[in-house]
Amino acid sequence: MTYKPLIFLFFIAILFCCKEEQQQHLTRIEGTQISISDSLETDLEIDAFIKPYRERVNKELDSVLAYSVDTYSKKDGELNTAIGNLFADVIFEQSNPVFKQRTGRDIDMVLVNHGGIRSIISKGNITTRTAYKIMPFENSIVVVELKGSSINKLITYLLEAKRAHPISKLKVVVDEDFNLTEATINSKPIDTSKTYFVATNDYLYSGGDSMTFFQPNDSLYILNYKIRNALLDYFIKVDTINPIIDDRFIQIKK
Amino acid sequence: MKRRDFIQQTASATALATIGGLTLPSFTLLKKETKITILHTNDVHSHIDPFGPEDGRNPNKGGVARRATLVQAIRNENPNTLLLDAGDIFQGTPYFNYYGGELEFKLMSKLKYDAATIGNHDFDNGIDGLYAQLPHAEFDFLSANYDFSNTILDTHVKPYKVFNKNGIKIGVFGLGIMLDGLVLKNLYKETIYLDPTEIAQDMSRILKEEEHCDLIICLSHLGYHYSEYSERPSDLKLAASTKNIDLIIGGHTHTFLHKPTITKNAEGKNVLVNQVGCYGINLGRIDFFFDSNRNKTANGTSIIV
Repeated sequence: MTYKPLIFLFFIAILFCCKEEQQQHLTRIEGTQISISDSLETDLEIDAFIKPYRERVNKELDSVLAYSVDTYSKKDGELNTAIGNLFADVIFEQSNPVFKQRTGRDIDMVLVNHGGIRSIISKGNITTRTAYKIMPFENSIVVVELKGSSINKLITYLLEAKRAHPISKLKVVVDEDFNLTEATINSKPIDTSKTYFVATNDYLYSGGDSMTFFQPNDSLYILNYKIRNALLDYFIKVDTINPIIDDRFIQIKK
Repeated sequence: MKRRDFIQQTASATALATIGGLTLPSFTLLKKETKITILHTNDVHSHIDPFGPEDGRNPNKGGVARRATLVQAIRNENPNTLLLDAGDIFQGTPYFNYYGGELEFKLMSKLKYDAATIGNHDFDNGIDGLYAQLPHAEFDFLSANYDFSNTILDTHVKPYKVFNKNGIKIGVFGLGIMLDGLVLKNLYKETIYLDPTEIAQDMSRILKEEEHCDLIICLSHLGYHYSEYSERPSDLKLAASTKNIDLIIGGHTHTFLHKPTITKNAEGKNVLVNQVGCYGINLGRIDFFFDSNRNKTANGTSIIV
């Protein structure tokens, strides 16, 4: 009977003590980075799970769509390249019918970016994989209605960039100091009183690659047509590709 | 407040493991030390298979089936492990184009990921595309600064989650990057981006004061640091303007750090910021050692990276 309060106190003491003990204190932190390399064994169960997905993807990716007569790289050429010309021309050819059907108008020109070509096209069979390698991103084609003054800004951008940004229907000639000597769309000089329908991708439209001239604009048409799908549709349509470097963006030296 | 003494060392650091006198002799009912292991990936971008031997940059690196082996070995060694991902799970290989993220989520579930935050590329098939794959994800999506209330993701993404591992409460919250200009509006729809710094201040307060977490982790897809855009939110800026966060696991900038960065928070205390590049080439591992011995506090916290 007389022990009860003592026992009670003892339990209180234990509880109190334990509560104190349970306070967790962070004493040490260690950080490392572990490389996932071939020295690690493959988890067979996981690999078996992936296998049917891998086989289906590979089968589709390796299906042959067309033939390339040569190897084309965006590094071959100065201000225009065969692969870049193909890229821009395909965007025009594939998206203009879609645009025309919706608006009754034609696309006047195409501009995309040199950095957007993510791979070479190798000589030989063109497969679905080729399109994925050239264009791994999900970017879609948009058509922007720009005033002639904005087209002039677009051309200034090209002169400053001095890169083979893929263009179609636009022709730009510069002298040895990169001064503009000729700029035409569909063989006609740029008319600042007109508006032009420029096809590009949604990334560049939003200011990607410092292409700020797409904003502001008179109107925007979202075609819901992915660039990769335009390439795939084109490769399915044609038997052979044989693009060339031409005179759409050139420098004429004295 | 406990003093944290941070010791940075590159190699042979394990010698420090025995720093300070351990354990009060007999009365301790609990085990003397609890180790919490945090494993993390970021920007895996649908890289399910390893890079081939011919790859110009990362030959024979990566691969989910190898990551699985490593994660399992670490879990076997320490069951008190969390596996986290800092976003951009989607986009980068045809697996995503063909299956829309289904395989990525199924594999992450098999690897028993505990949580992930949402990266900008996770909107690549639209908010509807992300929603459609959620049934394949047996882990939580955490984002505190994306307000999804007017979207299909409403109630499917939590701001934070508290994990209890062997009595240690670990609060994890997610932060996403500004979507405007990075993701097309028709993809993210009515998602509202909230200021990540303010949200992080709220989150760390809630996790510390209301949830009484022992460890607070921010899963961020803000990006490590933007030297040319000093006003842009980043992990380093976030670390400096908040308190009570122990670790920021980052993504987006595909930053390969030689070792986790130790930086100071708003109270001058140390915060770890880590990011492990991209494409599943690396796994980040941070071990937190807790001691129930009161006297340990005097020894502070050492960081060995």
